Amino acid sequence: MKKILIALSFLLFGTYANADCNIKSGSINILANDFPALRTLVETAKECKGSADFKVTHSAEHNKIAVPALTANPSEFSVRVAANSSIVPLMNADLIRPMNDLVKKYGKGIQDSQLITIDGKVMAVAFMANTQHLYVRTDVLKENGISTPKTYEDVVAASEKIRAAGKMKYPYAAAYKAGWNLAEEFVNMYIGHGGEFFKAGTAKPNVNNAKGVATLNMLKKLADLSNPDYLTHDSEAIKVEWEAGNVAIMTLWASRSGTLLDDEGDAKITAATKLVAPATVGGGNIPAATLWWDGFTLAKNRSDADAEASFRAMAHAASSKEMVAKASDQAVWLVEGFVPGPKSVGVIEAVKMGAKPYPMLPQMGLMHGALGSEIVEFLQGNESAEQALKDVEAAYMTKAKEQGFL
Amino acid sequence: MPNRSFFWFFLPAGLAMILFIGLPIISTGIQSFYAQHDQILVKVKKCDPFGCKVSVVVDQEATSKIKGEKPLGKFNGFGTYVDRNHLATNQVSEFWGESKSIGEFVNKVGNLPFYKALVFTLTYCVIVTPCVLLLGFIIALSLNAVSRKIRGPLIFGTILPMIVTPLVGSLVLFWMIDAEGIIGANLQIMMNDPYLSVKSSKSLTWITIIIYGIWHHSPFAFVVFYAALQTVPQEPLEASIIDGASRFQRVKHIVLPHIYPVVTFVALISLMDNFRVFEPIIGFSAEGSAQSLSWLIYDNLVNEEVILFGSAAATSIMTIIGISIILAPVLIRTWREFRTNR
Repeated sequence: MKKILIALSFLLFGTYANADCNIKSGSINILANDFPALRTLVETAKECKGSADFKVTHSAEHNKIAVPALTANPSEFSVRVAANSSIVPLMNADLIRPMNDLVKKYGKGIQDSQLITIDGKVMAVAFMANTQHLYVRTDVLKENGISTPKTYEDVVAASEKIRAAGKMKYPYAAAYKAGWNLAEEFVNMYIGHGGEFFKAGTAKPNVNNAKGVATLNMLKKLADLSNPDYLTHDSEAIKVEWEAGNVAIMTLWASRSGTLLDDEGDAKITAATKLVAPATVGGGNIPAATLWWDGFTLAKNRSDADAEASFRAMAHAASSKEMVAKASDQAVWLVEGFVPGPKSVGVIEAVKMGAKPYPMLPQMGLMHGALGSEIVEFLQGNESAEQALKDVEAAYMTKAKEQGFL
Repeated sequence: MPNRSFFWFFLPAGLAMILFIGLPIISTGIQSFYAQHDQILVKVKKCDPFGCKVSVVVDQEATSKIKGEKPLGKFNGFGTYVDRNHLATNQVSEFWGESKSIGEFVNKVGNLPFYKALVFTLTYCVIVTPCVLLLGFIIALSLNAVSRKIRGPLIFGTILPMIVTPLVGSLVLFWMIDAEGIIGANLQIMMNDPYLSVKSSKSLTWITIIIYGIWHHSPFAFVVFYAALQTVPQEPLEASIIDGASRFQRVKHIVLPHIYPVVTFVALISLMDNFRVFEPIIGFSAEGSAQSLSWLIYDNLVNEEVILFGSAAATSIMTIIGISIILAPVLIRTWREFRTNR
């Protein structure tokens, strides 16, 4: 946590990253998620492609492609831009290579805090931080005499007040789409309640408890204040709701603020939109949010020459001060020279409040998957919270047994 | 056709079927009997921008050694088939013991993922198939009766739902039933309930997907029936008109018996298609309310960050068995008729 504060706020004039990284050979093929900051990063990497072959795939479906594409030998992609959750399946299946040598040789501009090390091996280089935090409409809050919500209990009270005032039918929004998104909201809220997903030191599930029930009840309260179609709404859908002026308080990724606050759409709504800290819940003092990093990894099943070329291009971007200066409002960059702007508030506050990173455990993906499908019936009102959590544990255990974790 | 020439005629198609359908099914079957090796976890220090902590990772060296010896994984027999996410034999017998009434038992079993998906898949199949047959037949009959001048454009219009990509078709309807879409908003006004949501209600989602299924599949039945209607001989029809048969009697006693083999064919194909219902669930983002067997396979393969090959393979094999069971009555009947005709 200290490290990131230093990384975020320190303005130090280090050695200027070598932009003339004229790469002579090799081929670079990047797989990345699709949001503005990643596009900027990849564009910056392209600057120094030299005579190397350079290809990129931006896809919102990147998680579905990654493992099969990197399992092939030689693999389709030489670089996979991953986050703390999506690096896990790659490591579980041994699909990415350590890059200590490359960091030593070409990673001059990369700060130590950017390195993701597992047992001393550099498996990824992070370049941005992300989290989900609150967005509020200052005009609506002011009109109804509501101060900025600090806890999810505040959010519920504020939303109820706005609804009662007849201002908005569905004042709250969050990405509750059944599946990955909904599970992510559970993860945030459960961590906010101080929950642990697994019994200490084992892969046995540990969500069917009072904290789990409290988490589900809070999710249900918030869901009742959301558009009734919430189970089909992902981040993009709630962003559209926000831009249409239907929502006053929203939990959304920091990385989405760029397109939310661009020139498109109603200028009045954009002007009244304020990014604030993530909320706490249930009297806890850490935010109900998880910290994420986005970084690049190198495919194992590719030639060393390709890995070297890829690393040089990506390292150029991941240490480019020009890029972070130009795109300072697109992300909270972990790159040296980044000056946090108003759009970084959410992440910086989250770090200050002691938010926990998303658990980087080999079996977490299975838990996430089980959550995404088994808590839906509770939200629909067809099942009790205890039953839903029992189902989550049972579904998880079956999958974990098949995968050899239990 | 003599058997010999039939053999050569069929050979390329047969080879392609063995290569692209037969072998993958066998491979899927084999995979379904295996589970992953026990994971060997080691404690290591993990550092990221948010700090360092001791946590576990998969020990790659040890794992690759075991994988080298036994690449398929750990033999699991029917373990995957009977686990909670599939047939759940243990859970079902447990529920049977502890449930006080049949209703409670059915409820509990219906909460298990495989049975939940099976119930939706069968409901979809049982409702959509007859509706498609009936609607297709009615459209074919009525189009066959209209003047030839306007028949062309009408036929084109009728088969449009089949031309439209399933995903696009379902997305269009998906937006229409949105709380702010034309159907969704009107329903809210009609029912006088501002919180009514077609998408979040389970039964309404099922109805939407079923209506979409009928809309999408009817043109196929129509096209085949329409073609078959062209072959109905005119003489018996004219004779029956002279005998004073009504339109309904003519259809029942002359047209239907004549195109009966085609009806069987369409029923078979529709049943198979409907049993594998998948696209509308994705198109309607209906994973929360409606899951089909095909969707379960998809979920095991892509929705998790850890791919569950064994689970997906077991569900695939059970889907194949399910289709065979559903088709069995029709196939047996066709076979018998074939024998008596000879």
